Amino acid sequence: MNEKKGRRGHIKGSMPLLGRVIKYMLDSYKWVFVLVIACILINAVTGVIGATFPQTLVDEYIEPMLNTGADLFPELFNDIIQLICIMGAGVIAAYCYSRLMVNVSQGTMLKLRNELFSKMESLPIKYFDTHAHGDIMSVYTNDIDTLRQLISQVIPQTINSAITMVATFVTMLVLNPALTVISLLTAFLMLFVTARFTKFSAKYYIKQQHDLGAVDGYIEEMMDGQKVVKVFCHEEEAKAGFRRVNEELRDSGCKANTYANLLMPVNANIGWLSYAVVAIVGAILAINGLAGVTVGTVVTFVGLNKSFTQPISQLSMQINFVVTAAAGAQRVFDLMDQEPEKDDGYVELVNAKIGPNDELMETDERTNIWAWKHPHRAEGTVTYTRLEGQVVFDHVDFGYNPDKLVLHDISMWAKPGQKIAFVGATGAGKTTITNLINRFYDIADGKIRYDGININKIKKQDLRRSLGIVLQDTHLFTGTVMDNIRYGNLEATDEECIAAATLANADGFIRRLPDGYQTMLTGDGANLSQGQRQLLAIARAAVADPPVLILDEATSSIDTRTEKLVQGGMDALMTGRTTFVIAHRLSTVQNSDCIMVMELGRIIERGTHDELIAKQGKYYQLYTGNFARQS
Amino acid sequence: MKIVLKQAGKYAKDAYITMGLTCGEVFLEILMPFITAIIIDDGLKASNISVVVRYGILMVAMAIASLGFGALAGKFAAKSSTGFAANLREAIYNNVQTFSFSNIDKFSVPGLVTRMTTDITNVQWAYMMCTRMAVRAPLNLIFSFIMCLIICPQIAPTFGIAALFLVIVLGAIMVVTIRIFNRMFDGYDDLNASVQENISAIRVVKAFVREDYEDKKFSRASTVLYRLAVKAESLLAFINPAMMLSVYFCIIMVSWMGANLIVGGSLTTGDLTSLFSYIMSLLMSLMMLGMLVVMITMSLASVRRISEVLSETPDLHDPENPVFEVPNGDIDFDHVSFSYKTGSGKSALSDIDLHIKSGETIGIIGGTGSGKSSLVNLICRLYDVSEGEVRVGGINVKDYDMEALRNQVAVVLQKNTLFTGTILENLRWGNENATLDECRAACKAACAEEFIDRFPDGYDTRIERGGNNVSGGQKQRLCIARALLKKPKVIILDDSTSAVDTATDAKIRAAFRETIPGTTKIIIAQRVSSVQDADRILVLDDGRIDAFDTHENLLKTNAIYQDIYESQLKGGGDFDQQA
Repeated sequence: MNEKKGRRGHIKGSMPLLGRVIKYMLDSYKWVFVLVIACILINAVTGVIGATFPQTLVDEYIEPMLNTGADLFPELFNDIIQLICIMGAGVIAAYCYSRLMVNVSQGTMLKLRNELFSKMESLPIKYFDTHAHGDIMSVYTNDIDTLRQLISQVIPQTINSAITMVATFVTMLVLNPALTVISLLTAFLMLFVTARFTKFSAKYYIKQQHDLGAVDGYIEEMMDGQKVVKVFCHEEEAKAGFRRVNEELRDSGCKANTYANLLMPVNANIGWLSYAVVAIVGAILAINGLAGVTVGTVVTFVGLNKSFTQPISQLSMQINFVVTAAAGAQRVFDLMDQEPEKDDGYVELVNAKIGPNDELMETDERTNIWAWKHPHRAEGTVTYTRLEGQVVFDHVDFGYNPDKLVLHDISMWAKPGQKIAFVGATGAGKTTITNLINRFYDIADGKIRYDGININKIKKQDLRRSLGIVLQDTHLFTGTVMDNIRYGNLEATDEECIAAATLANADGFIRRLPDGYQTMLTGDGANLSQGQRQLLAIARAAVADPPVLILDEATSSIDTRTEKLVQGGMDALMTGRTTFVIAHRLSTVQNSDCIMVMELGRIIERGTHDELIAKQGKYYQLYTGNFARQS
Repeated sequence: MKIVLKQAGKYAKDAYITMGLTCGEVFLEILMPFITAIIIDDGLKASNISVVVRYGILMVAMAIASLGFGALAGKFAAKSSTGFAANLREAIYNNVQTFSFSNIDKFSVPGLVTRMTTDITNVQWAYMMCTRMAVRAPLNLIFSFIMCLIICPQIAPTFGIAALFLVIVLGAIMVVTIRIFNRMFDGYDDLNASVQENISAIRVVKAFVREDYEDKKFSRASTVLYRLAVKAESLLAFINPAMMLSVYFCIIMVSWMGANLIVGGSLTTGDLTSLFSYIMSLLMSLMMLGMLVVMITMSLASVRRISEVLSETPDLHDPENPVFEVPNGDIDFDHVSFSYKTGSGKSALSDIDLHIKSGETIGIIGGTGSGKSSLVNLICRLYDVSEGEVRVGGINVKDYDMEALRNQVAVVLQKNTLFTGTILENLRWGNENATLDECRAACKAACAEEFIDRFPDGYDTRIERGGNNVSGGQKQRLCIARALLKKPKVIILDDSTSAVDTATDAKIRAAFRETIPGTTKIIIAQRVSSVQDADRILVLDDGRIDAFDTHENLLKTNAIYQDIYESQLKGGGDFDQQA
């Protein structure tokens, strides 16, 4: 009883998923698919005609010719010509549906990949925090591939088999209902066996996928630390650990495949069994003259019976594709169904110019004056506010999880052009604050205002466009150095990019690269040093030319000497811009307009360098503590 | 290919068993048409029930036997293929363990992961299908062909034409598609790389509002892939019709010729029926062979990628008669030059001549890319020098057993990693037999004890993957403790206290002075405060030694050192204290 439930549960679980895959496919290929089905139908019918022709040949031509001696060859010739035409149509239909299915399956894959990718791009940062990158990656590689198998192979084959089965079933029914019952019984037996085996193998396939994930995880972790493994001569232990997870995977894979492999011989031989039973029962009936069975019927029937059961055993070979495809579809749709980043903002960033009465006006030109276009729905008016870069935090609370706040009651004011610095220990919440300004995360309580506008009202895209960010971890993209700098502003000319690089003091090392600005970067800029990558990231932010800059440990991996070089460029970059700087080197923050000292998610001290030193608080302690031993 | 197949190892036997069992299965299957012929001709048509029942039962028995063979074959096929895949994975993994640093640099982690999962799954599948079909298809083919010839030799040329047609068409399709497939797989790699890039750099994408731009870039790449796939698969779409064409050709030819022959008296109706069924099985086996070829083609790309890793040989080798004991902590660089890529002409280090005595504390300072890490990586032979000689304890590092050398020259790497497991387990990487007390002592010296004791589970606290649940400073201190447990003759800290606040940093150095006075200590740092109390400080610039002297002398004479010192003195403190 329980097992029955389990089986239903399994079928129930995977059928809607597969249905959704098919629906997804039909969305863009409905008519093509109708054509495919028509072609499959033609193909199946010509197949049946081809298969029954030998019977016709014997019954209508050879036997009469042998018995009567008449010359029926001219008629036979005509019939064969007819057959050639029919078969020709079948071959053409077969090509058509195979060819069309290529477009359907690959087109669906293309659409799926593109939609998956743009879905992924729209997801909130939180999704990437909570999902292992390797896991997201394998949706694109392993999971989508399982769907390709499903669409290009399993679906057409299933339709083909179904049509063949229906056609033979009808013929059998017309021929003799009594014998049909026997065939039907064996067919059910086969389906039952298939379902049972599928259930077992599905269990192990799922375990196999799980174990595969474990192997994946082990490799990733150990390979990441491979150099540590080497310097500690820990190779043997690493191998032993790998052997363990690998053996688990082998075991579940072996079991899953065993069940799947059993299906084919089992079903094929049930087919022969059915053949024998039909022959014996048919013979008994025919000889006793029961149920209207004649010898001729039995001869034809055993043949039909074979074409009835064959598709089932063929389909059962596909069953592991179906099971893995269901698992793959699950993961693909999980990603597809994620909630995208919400954006209820309606305030836009527009190019503006000063009108005759000194008021701001919207314009299409590139004026270098930007304004926030703020429609007021209630009054039906639009106001323009000049983009200046004033940022105000008003009693802001925030937690990555609602039940655990990491920022408490943060209030601060950054006037346009000011440089605000955050200092404090790792985990004090410095980076978190900057992630709130560009709305990577949404605050729990309080308000953040940008030029007096609540940032929740600003369209995220426009908000982010107005902010330049250099992040703690530098990421570069595959492409040339020039492409990577231009990432900050797609319309920037080569000269502007070079100017930005010069500003960030990156120009020097770029020119020393083998192909200068046209040097290809691959693998996240693996051929550059950490410091060089940070310089490029700074140049990238510089070319965007935003009114507000966020520098999150932008110079941490640059040695102090190089940093001094960068500092000049950075200072030039910061003039006239509101800048938020996170740093652990005090030299970087000293000249800030205001320094916020953070501890455990709170601002515990604030003021200029001199004020904080005079205060003799935490900042003073840290500042002087560093040099206490030196004197 | 060979190198990959060799990995079947003990599971090769199961593959042979599979083939043997399949022989039995095929044999029984081939006999089936005989039985059906008897049932029809002698039983049904002759209205002889006992024949039908007798042969029917025989058929059931044969079906059960064939099922037994088939089921066992399936089981062994599963065992051999998954075993083969497991062996392959292990072989790759083990080979990676022999890699030197420069080998590791060559393969990316995701690249290795894909090879060990997706690629191996492909190969496993192809291998299983091959073991199951490699016997079945040819056996069926040969037998059916022989049967046809026995029944009706006149029909042979027809089969010849059909088979020739198929071989030519399939061959042509294969040759062209293999090429397209190879390009397609490269396209896959690019596409995956771009997804990977976007996942890890999602903050950059969002910060610059480049979602649409990336979408377009991605859809361009995926469209390229789509075109290639359509091109390859539309060629494959010819296979099915081509098969049908030859089947139909045979049916028509056999019908016409057969009718003539029967009327002419040289063939019977029963023969004709058998002929038709053998044609079907002949063409089925051809189709199976075709499928095999497709499968092998598609898995060849994977095989190539796997054998790339398997045939990669480590470029560092243990010497013939290795030295196992490092006598002392002396370190000598004898006019050493080094570059990561031989022949690239760009050297990371040039003409380094350096002599350090056992027990000395040496600071190394210099700009980004000045060669600090490269220099220390040569000491424990993570890379081999291009020119000159590096000696530890007066013996060339190339003469040591590598494991012995690395156990006695401990490096705390710049990019360091902790592994999943408890703190204690992580510490024991340094020395698996270390007692808890030894671990405590090491942690105390590395100033890690204070925070470990604050954890509720103390030394049994679980470290998550990559050490994500401890702060950067804590991680660095644990890594130092781990290295100390080796009780090395030389300890090298490659910028290993950058996330530790200056006070703790000083405490660690003081502990070093007291607990391991005889050990040579080499400290790479960006902070002057970390190196100023060293016996001597090496100033590196652009891969060359700029100066090598004490703090006081350097302050007087060395421009670079003065520069660095000045820049840090002016508020060069560090705020990243212990969390």
